[in-house]
Amino acid sequence: MSLVSATIGALTPGRKKAGDANHWPGLAFMACVFFAYVYLPIAVLIALSFNENELVTIWTGFSLDWYIIALQNEDMIRAAGNSLLIACVASFCATALSTLAAVQMSRDRFKGQSAMNALVALPLTVPEIVTAVASLLFFATLGVTQGLITVMIAHTVFCIPFAYLPIRARLEGLDPRLFEAANDLYATPVQTFRRVTLPLMMPGILSGAVLAFIISLDDFVTTFFVGGAGSTTLPIYIFGLIRVGVSPEVNAISSIMLLVSVAMVSISLLLGRGHERG
Amino acid sequence: MIRVSKWVLGLTAAVGLTLSSAGSASADGELHLYNWSNYFPPELLEKFEKETGIKPTMDNYASEEDLLAKLQAGGGGYDVIFPGPTTLGTMIQKGLVADIQVNKMENFKNVLGPFQTLSVDPDRSYSAPYMWGTTGFTYDPAMVPGGKLEESWGELFKPKDELKGNIAMLNEMSDVWNAAAYYTGVSKCTEDPKEAQKILDVLMAQKPFVKVYSNDGTIDRMSAGEVAVHMQWNGAAHRVKANKPDVVYVYPKEGTTLWTDTLAVPANAPNMENAKTFINWMLLPENAAAASNYTGYSNAIIGSGKFLSEALSSDPAVNMPEEYADRLSGFEICSDASKSLRERVWTKLKS
Amino acid sequence: MTIIDSTAAPVAGYDSRKRNLRRQRLLLIGPAVGAITIFMVAPLLLMAWISIQTRDFSGSVVWNSYSAEAYLRFIFERNLDDSLSLNFDYLLIIWRSLWLAAITTGLSLLVGFPTAMFMATRPKKWRPALVFLVTVPFWTNLLVRNYAWILLLRDHGTINSALMGIGIINEPLPLLHNSFAVSVGLTYSFLPFMVLPIYSSLEKLDMRMVEASFDLYATRLQTLRRIIFPAAMPGVVAGAILVFVPCLGSYVTPELLGGGKTMMIGNLIGLQFGAARNWPFGAALGFGLLAMVLLAMTFYALKSGKSKQGISL
Repeated sequence: MSLVSATIGALTPGRKKAGDANHWPGLAFMACVFFAYVYLPIAVLIALSFNENELVTIWTGFSLDWYIIALQNEDMIRAAGNSLLIACVASFCATALSTLAAVQMSRDRFKGQSAMNALVALPLTVPEIVTAVASLLFFATLGVTQGLITVMIAHTVFCIPFAYLPIRARLEGLDPRLFEAANDLYATPVQTFRRVTLPLMMPGILSGAVLAFIISLDDFVTTFFVGGAGSTTLPIYIFGLIRVGVSPEVNAISSIMLLVSVAMVSISLLLGRGHERG
Repeated sequence: MIRVSKWVLGLTAAVGLTLSSAGSASADGELHLYNWSNYFPPELLEKFEKETGIKPTMDNYASEEDLLAKLQAGGGGYDVIFPGPTTLGTMIQKGLVADIQVNKMENFKNVLGPFQTLSVDPDRSYSAPYMWGTTGFTYDPAMVPGGKLEESWGELFKPKDELKGNIAMLNEMSDVWNAAAYYTGVSKCTEDPKEAQKILDVLMAQKPFVKVYSNDGTIDRMSAGEVAVHMQWNGAAHRVKANKPDVVYVYPKEGTTLWTDTLAVPANAPNMENAKTFINWMLLPENAAAASNYTGYSNAIIGSGKFLSEALSSDPAVNMPEEYADRLSGFEICSDASKSLRERVWTKLKS
Repeated sequence: MTIIDSTAAPVAGYDSRKRNLRRQRLLLIGPAVGAITIFMVAPLLLMAWISIQTRDFSGSVVWNSYSAEAYLRFIFERNLDDSLSLNFDYLLIIWRSLWLAAITTGLSLLVGFPTAMFMATRPKKWRPALVFLVTVPFWTNLLVRNYAWILLLRDHGTINSALMGIGIINEPLPLLHNSFAVSVGLTYSFLPFMVLPIYSSLEKLDMRMVEASFDLYATRLQTLRRIIFPAAMPGVVAGAILVFVPCLGSYVTPELLGGGKTMMIGNLIGLQFGAARNWPFGAALGFGLLAMVLLAMTFYALKSGKSKQGISL
């Protein structure tokens, strides 16, 4: 390459190379704009949550009062409890259903299989607001009272693809010779599943479950339409507060939620990395 | 098409049976209230829990239409709701509320005579009175030209140039419709599309100047000076005065709606008995007074007067001066045709 | 696929093996597929059916009253005297949704492309950290992210206070409750969906190609056009669809940042199941939105098929 370029360089004197592959003018600037855009609102939110003044925008002094008020707010605690309960149930059910389906789908070939794959991914395709109101109609027509149960069902359904895809991807990446070896060593199908398939799938199952958990925890739209008494989750509760107005207590609750999400994502990433190495 | 729909219905019915048995199961000792925001004192809920052992929780709706929507979609598992007469009438008509025989409750004797009956619920079988008040508007003298506004809906519907974009309206169909009807001189229960069109025209002409239509946070909005004029309920106006003593609550001369809110129970409430206990408990003078002291509205319970705070009775927004009495306009039962017109005017305004 | 053999006993006959396999499929795939069929496909079918019913004055559905009324409302309105007249209010909301989704996609591309390129040109050891930094906000709650923008944009918010503080403006700028606020919030919500696909496309690009291009005295513009853009194209297309589609159906951002006046189709649908209580119209709108999304996805399928060919050439 250098020979070619040297030759061409010799043939066309006076021309200079236009650039370096890794250095482009303006790129760093745009990246700074990007990160400022992404992090500035979060920084403002956190900063204002420590403001002692009730008027939110005018800084008068540092205070932890709003965190104390927020953490003593029983409604908030109850909503957080509901959020966790729903996320646990939904991510567990979705992961269990997805694991079963992924095992069979990855080792089987049959007519209509791609249609089934599409069906499992359906919650990703249909806009959430459409799914939410359709579920509302469904439960209302059946005469089922909206509440924890309906929210859990709806969450389980939209969590399925989030759990299914990582598990499926993990299974696709496995070496089929491992199963042949188990078979050659006279392992029964159940033994093969328990001792070979399941341990190998575990990283996929874990990351699927964590993803489903986060998606459920984050959800607002479905819960808003399908929920009822006793199913107020943290996002629903915060929405109610925001509707009434901006307040430092909302800032504090939001900052706590922010911190929890970031911590959870960091942990799941670290876990995932550990598994990759193992 | 028919085969598909049959299949869908069959499937949904099968699932429904399994689910409804699971869904209706609810722990004993709970009570789910569904209410406006800022319309019930939190301390009173604690008192109720202490005295009865029943654990109450409260969710909020943003408008009566939202409440009706929730009930039509299956009730949401709520036990006590707080509808006004229009909504209550529709709910009774549609079988959405339970006949809980309020008139046979132990404390029903405490209800003031005129409130022992309600146009849509004549013998008070479905509902008990909660709060009553008026719908007028509030302004901040410091923010309006000349420091004074006329006592007319015209100040809201045809705002002065300085106030354009600086007014807020309630987001409540009945209240807004009524106010526009008084202003245009049309009957609240009109069945004439042409008259309804007049109301719509007034509202549409006003719409560009309205900063926000909202029932939530009206107190904060006025206190913080986000708007100069706010269509408001009198109790909210009373509570604004705690932050801004100078604000004026207006009883508009064309007509001021006198409203009552009720306590009622959805037909499929999971904790029916607890709901009845709660309603009976709310008919005690001390508890009704606590609610009044918090919300700023009057209650309908005999003997609650001695528990009321001084600030309430001294505020003309709550304790209406006698000269305004002929401006008040009570609730009227309108025909379905009229309700349908009202509904369509509202939809057009809000889209 | 290779363990099919291991699951069937070697002695079993063909028929029993087939029966076994069928039972296995039912037991393993059945629950997941069944859950989605019952709780997602059936509701959508029910919604289709309700969209051709009518409602009474109080908002209850009148069953078995087949009518195209709900679909007529897209372009016609019933006047108070029951006559029909053209009304483009709802089309306007649909148009606004498409337009806002397009603006958001464009903005995301404008900010996202240079960022993705910046990431792809950093030393390898820094890249995972950069990817992490891009994704962190995405994992925080959508409501919280939108709420943060309310703090910044409102009349007495951070931006207006700062501008008034240094004396650039005297009156607060109307930043909140308009299309501007909604597009800022939407871009904020979906940016990572644009950055990450472009980044992963660019990361695959062998940087020696770029060097070779410079060695051959291509200008920066030529290199961008001939080497980098084609390589980034699959990522750009994927990113565009990943931003455009959820934007179109968004509910929370226009609800919080748009106020009542800057409705998108998602809010219009939500309204029909809340205060407006018009299920048939809401159902019909839902199918309108679904159709637009499917159209966008089909476009993507066609486009990505083509651009893959482009790469292989």
